[in-house]
Amino acid sequence: MSQHHHDHDHHHDHEHAHDHAHGHEHSPTQPDDKVHSYYQILGVALKELLIEKGVVTADEVRAAIEARDMITPAHGAKVVARAWVDPAFRERLMSNANVAVAELGFPMNTTELVALENTDDVHNVVVCTLCSCYPRELLGLPPSWYKSRDYRARIVREPREVLAEFGTSVSDSMELRVHDSTADLRYLVVPQRPTGAESLSEDELAALVTRDAMIGVATVRV
Amino acid sequence: MPLERFTEGDVVRVREDYPIGHFRTPVYIRGKTGVVTRRFGAFGNPETLAFNLPGEKKHVYEVRFRQSDIWPDYKGSARDSVHIDLQDNWLEQP
Repeated sequence: MSQHHHDHDHHHDHEHAHDHAHGHEHSPTQPDDKVHSYYQILGVALKELLIEKGVVTADEVRAAIEARDMITPAHGAKVVARAWVDPAFRERLMSNANVAVAELGFPMNTTELVALENTDDVHNVVVCTLCSCYPRELLGLPPSWYKSRDYRARIVREPREVLAEFGTSVSDSMELRVHDSTADLRYLVVPQRPTGAESLSEDELAALVTRDAMIGVATVRV
Repeated sequence: MPLERFTEGDVVRVREDYPIGHFRTPVYIRGKTGVVTRRFGAFGNPETLAFNLPGEKKHVYEVRFRQSDIWPDYKGSARDSVHIDLQDNWLEQP
């Protein structure tokens, strides 16, 4: 940051609206209250430089953040509920997930989606031990714990203990299958349709499907 | 397009190598043996794409490892497994 001399160093000190007569664009975000870590400062510095050099505009950065924040696990839940009620869709989801989710208006950006179906015999759970690969197009931003070193290290080492901490018990007779997402693939768990939900509509079913169930650390209950 | 060297059912070993750079093969799986369970096609190599260099196409496979083969003291079911998507250049015939 020491080379970051320009006419708005004051920007970091007070963020109130004031006269920007010196003619650059406003920052697209406001800083959090806490002191930033080294990497957060690096990220902010990079963002400011890209805006200053005209590579992107502040408005584009803000719009990208807003677009991402509009995606919630409700998107994934719609995919799961459709798979539960429509066998032909379920078939497409299992064989070519990118095509299937695009049908519902949730296209994948650059990665390939794989749907993992939980059954009476197999329970799937997803991790990215290297970083934070996650089907963001369907679930939005990953929860903090998904990115934590604790979860990433333990879910491949002692997955049954970790699931128990989430309140999820997987019978010893079942196969517990951990999927470690490394680069180009993204995984969505299709949980088992709960018993007792036979009379529910597709929308009512979707409302039962949680983020954690689509990561595989929980099951869907009525 | 490079040759797709492996198919479903093939037994493969992950190269036991620890180069410096950007790699998408988790360290805990290097040197371990598993079975190819799915072929995903070819993707640009993230190892070079990470440096803004051309990403030569590499085939990617899902490989299934038994937990007890990764961790000798694994306490869960003997059927438990880890499935990882791995690049062709990290796999070899055991």
